Amino acid sequence: MDLFRKFLVKLNSMDLKSHKADFPIFKNLPGLVYLDSTATSLKPRFTTDKLMEYYTQYSANVFRGVYKISEKATEEYEETRKVVAEFINAKRIEEVIFTRSTTESLNLVAYSMGRKIINEGDEVVTSVMEHHSNFVTWQQLALENGATFKVIDVTDEGYLNLGLDSGQVIIPLGTGMTLNLDNIITKKTKILALTYLSNVLGTINPLKEIIQAAKKINPKLIVVIDAAQAIPHMKVDVQDLGADFLSFSSHKMLGPTGVGVLWGKYELLDEMFPFNYGGEMIQEVYIDKTIFKHPPHKFEAGTPHIAGVIALKEAVRYLERIGMDKIRQHEKEMVDYTLKKFQITFGKKIRVLGPKEVKDRGGIVSFTFGNYHAHDIAQILDEENICIRAGHHCAMPLHQRLGISASARASFYLYNSFEDVDKLVRGLKKVENTLK
Amino acid sequence: MSIYQEIILEHYKNPHNFGTIKDPTKKTSVSNPLCGDEIEMEIVFKKNKVSEIMFKGQGCAISQASASILTDFASGKSKDDLKKLDKNFMTKLLGIELGPNRIKCALLPLEALHKLI
Repeated sequence: MDLFRKFLVKLNSMDLKSHKADFPIFKNLPGLVYLDSTATSLKPRFTTDKLMEYYTQYSANVFRGVYKISEKATEEYEETRKVVAEFINAKRIEEVIFTRSTTESLNLVAYSMGRKIINEGDEVVTSVMEHHSNFVTWQQLALENGATFKVIDVTDEGYLNLGLDSGQVIIPLGTGMTLNLDNIITKKTKILALTYLSNVLGTINPLKEIIQAAKKINPKLIVVIDAAQAIPHMKVDVQDLGADFLSFSSHKMLGPTGVGVLWGKYELLDEMFPFNYGGEMIQEVYIDKTIFKHPPHKFEAGTPHIAGVIALKEAVRYLERIGMDKIRQHEKEMVDYTLKKFQITFGKKIRVLGPKEVKDRGGIVSFTFGNYHAHDIAQILDEENICIRAGHHCAMPLHQRLGISASARASFYLYNSFEDVDKLVRGLKKVENTLK
Repeated sequence: MSIYQEIILEHYKNPHNFGTIKDPTKKTSVSNPLCGDEIEMEIVFKKNKVSEIMFKGQGCAISQASASILTDFASGKSKDDLKKLDKNFMTKLLGIELGPNRIKCALLPLEALHKLI
């Protein structure tokens, strides 16, 4: 390790100790090495305190009561909508809809928009690197409506294969280059659903360029983005991106479980079918007809996860206090350090999936290790209190494409340190000693 | 207690009854697509008793060790004896405590055996 790295490690771990102190789980489980933030993030005390605040101080239903604590709950609930809208730079606050999860947000678009616009002979396009929630949803929509389901391949390096020239074209981030998507998008393509950041490969897709090129071919194309892994880890600006819908989850961004967000362009949301029918989403109900509310409430039937939504804004505010650019930078350093340590310690025994360029990937390192099965790796690491994910990570088509049945995945967030990586490497040595 | 006890690791690294049989009475294969564990099992019965049993496969240490240990046990047993084997038996046979996720790995070879009888 060179001097600069030593300095960096020192600087970084000092900096991060203060973040670790914000997460009560480290006090309750000292020595916990949590490397599964891609599955769900840990929670800072700001999130849990806010949950408790709602349940102990104004735990009334929203929108219904004319009494003070109900009005307080409503105010807190709606304030989160504003905080989230600002966080992603939405044009209007009403474009932010609260759901249960990213999965539900994507299903909402498929149900309320997909059913309306997809007909026989149309095309629905997604990619092989998607999480099942952004894959099965569109596959089934296409199957049910007689549409063609097209799947964009990945290159062996783990980039989207956008099929220019040789078919092995790597699109580096931030080059602003113009793409030609004639082989993928046609005038018949009604929906393009893509992930911002692959939950296995870690690849960050050049969405802005893809969306521009795709909409040039078909201006009516609806672009749906799964940003579950992007929003918690990097700055996202929905207006700059040019997508039509974008979904993410509270629990992956330090917020409570059970809350998802769907952002959509207001004009589109207003045209769509409602998702669930019931209370809260109606304006007037008669024996023979119902007039629905406008977005966002049109899509929020029933009592929502009030406490969860309210506490989500504390998670967002915490992320903003630290700074998304700083979080992204930290994760880049973690990945860089991990890749180098893997290389030095294990050489070719470890195969890391996804791009080699750290700048093209998020804080995710999926890998295979010799012939050892991912479940054995994860289980032996667990004996050392190291939590990683093992399996197909809800991305079976991608694993089939890569020719493997499972992989191990370590993922990072702001509370991880270089020391965690050192422990992971020591743990992997134990795996080798146990199973070889 | 680690589930990677010496006996498990020994069977994983040097599995017994690993390979194929020339003229098996019956053969089968089972798999768990969720984790990629695969077991192929072949058997020869003589007078309703197992005279030969072999397996091949790939997957995690638990599934492979379990196949090795179970095929050892099954040799010479009658069909009726083997039909009775269940989850509790497998846990005792392996001598380790397995959580709800990993128990599936241990039970995969039993599934194969039950398909053969």
